[in-house]
Amino acid sequence: MIGSYILEISYILASIFFIVGLKMLSHPESARKGNIIAAVGMVMAIVFTILFHKKDGQSIGNIGFIITALLIGTVIGWGVAKKVKMTAMPQLVSLFNGMGGACAALISIMEFPHIAHGGEYATMFSGEVLNILLGLVIGTVSFSGSMIAYGKLNGNVGDLRIKWLRYVNMGMLLVIIGFIGYIMSLGTIPPGEAMFLVYTLVAISVVYGVLFVMPIGGADMPVVISLLNSFTGVAAATGGFLYQNQAMLTGGILVGSAGTILTVLMCKAMNRSLLNVIVGVFGGGGVAAEQGEGTIKEVSLGDASVLLSYSQKVVIVPGYGLAVAQAQHLCHDLEKLLEEKGVDVKYAIHPVAGRMPGHMNVLLAEADVSYEKLVEMDDINPDLPNTDVVVIIGANDVVNPAAENDPSSPIYGMPIIKAHDARNIIVMKRGMGKGYAAIENMLFFNDKTRMLFGDAKATLQKLVADIKEL
Amino acid sequence: MENILAFIYEYKEPIFIIILSIFLGIEVISHVPAVLHTPLMSGANAIHGVVIIGAIIVMGHAESTLPMILGFIAVILGTLNVVGGFVVTDRMLEMFKKKKK
Repeated sequence: MIGSYILEISYILASIFFIVGLKMLSHPESARKGNIIAAVGMVMAIVFTILFHKKDGQSIGNIGFIITALLIGTVIGWGVAKKVKMTAMPQLVSLFNGMGGACAALISIMEFPHIAHGGEYATMFSGEVLNILLGLVIGTVSFSGSMIAYGKLNGNVGDLRIKWLRYVNMGMLLVIIGFIGYIMSLGTIPPGEAMFLVYTLVAISVVYGVLFVMPIGGADMPVVISLLNSFTGVAAATGGFLYQNQAMLTGGILVGSAGTILTVLMCKAMNRSLLNVIVGVFGGGGVAAEQGEGTIKEVSLGDASVLLSYSQKVVIVPGYGLAVAQAQHLCHDLEKLLEEKGVDVKYAIHPVAGRMPGHMNVLLAEADVSYEKLVEMDDINPDLPNTDVVVIIGANDVVNPAAENDPSSPIYGMPIIKAHDARNIIVMKRGMGKGYAAIENMLFFNDKTRMLFGDAKATLQKLVADIKEL
Repeated sequence: MENILAFIYEYKEPIFIIILSIFLGIEVISHVPAVLHTPLMSGANAIHGVVIIGAIIVMGHAESTLPMILGFIAVILGTLNVVGGFVVTDRMLEMFKKKKK
């Protein structure tokens, strides 16, 4: 009996640890500790469940298998999380999220036959059945959706921009709801008889998850991952409801609601609504800024290095292109070199630079760029008119002036880094390709702009070497 | 109708927890700086790995082969979510710390 007391108390403590951990995670100074606190709560809940959980008087069996599975998961999870490149981090989060969703779905599948509580017949029209089916659907959608999001960020899966797909999606959602209703209308039957329907529901949900994410553009994946993250939270909570387990309930719902708010905040940072992200077909149709006004002017490496070396104030605007080229270390070298020459160098960080909010900060931090050098968009913009050179490396939409002055542009209204205010602009770019929003960037045609074409890494390498020679 | 009311009555405690947790989640997150969005999402991602407790319970009471196999997979997936989630979050946050000094 004492075991049950300890178990329940450990769940209460775990819930508190989750809440405190999450709270601390939302402040820069305490974030790391918060993460560890939440992890401690998790370990506690897991260990005490194995030791003391009882169902109908029976303790947890198959302990050997459970521990083996825990070890396998730990070794793989730890290894992958430690090894993954920082640029590939968003897709890894998506992958882990999918694992959680699949776990929740599997629990629902396995528990469904037991819903009769030992008896042979169960009433399908009940809250328990609804709960377990919701857990199944949400977990499955989260799993397949996360896998597609993973594929998109990894570059394995392209966008599928078909306008009518959204109607298909709405239809599928109705089918899923109808299916749940149908299972619940079966009356009192042995739950095993409904298993075929349950598996069918799983299949439909897998397809729905795929179709839900497919039409959403790669640039919007962070929002989608955050949304799916909160889905998995809800799926975990349905498990908590099923087992009357407070730790699962608090943990799941907490993530569900916090994740939803986080999703909304991310959308706000891009000045878009969640609905717009999910159903909106971004870019493509934009009739914005016709090309041809003004010409593209290239700059030679030598001129660029002279310009940079004799400036007083340089601001670097990094984008995902920098990260893809793995050039953040070289970028840091350039910064150090210029600083030695007495140039004041800062980085301008757009809230959605990189693949996720805050992603760019992490990537630059990895290259040892000091915290004070990273300046947020709103703080750097007033400084830009006094800046000699803005160097844009692999960024595009976040410096597109169309967001300010072209109401017909799909990104109109998005806050941008006002690179066009600076005295000179150097743009490092692979070619004249468009950014994620697939719209023309008038900044490249600006009189003050000079283009430096080529792979960010190679170009930076040459630039650094050239400045050293000066 | 009575069915639904009885259900709510029977599960009033979990329903309380759900309602309060929703508000708590909103409250806890609402003033987070953009820089922390990614680590926070990743940390929350690890926390919903608590679903692993359910997987352990299922596995612990599984008797035939199919539930054993599914349970085994579920525990592995749940562990991946928990361990991977916390470790990757820690890695992100470690970098924030290093540069702050």
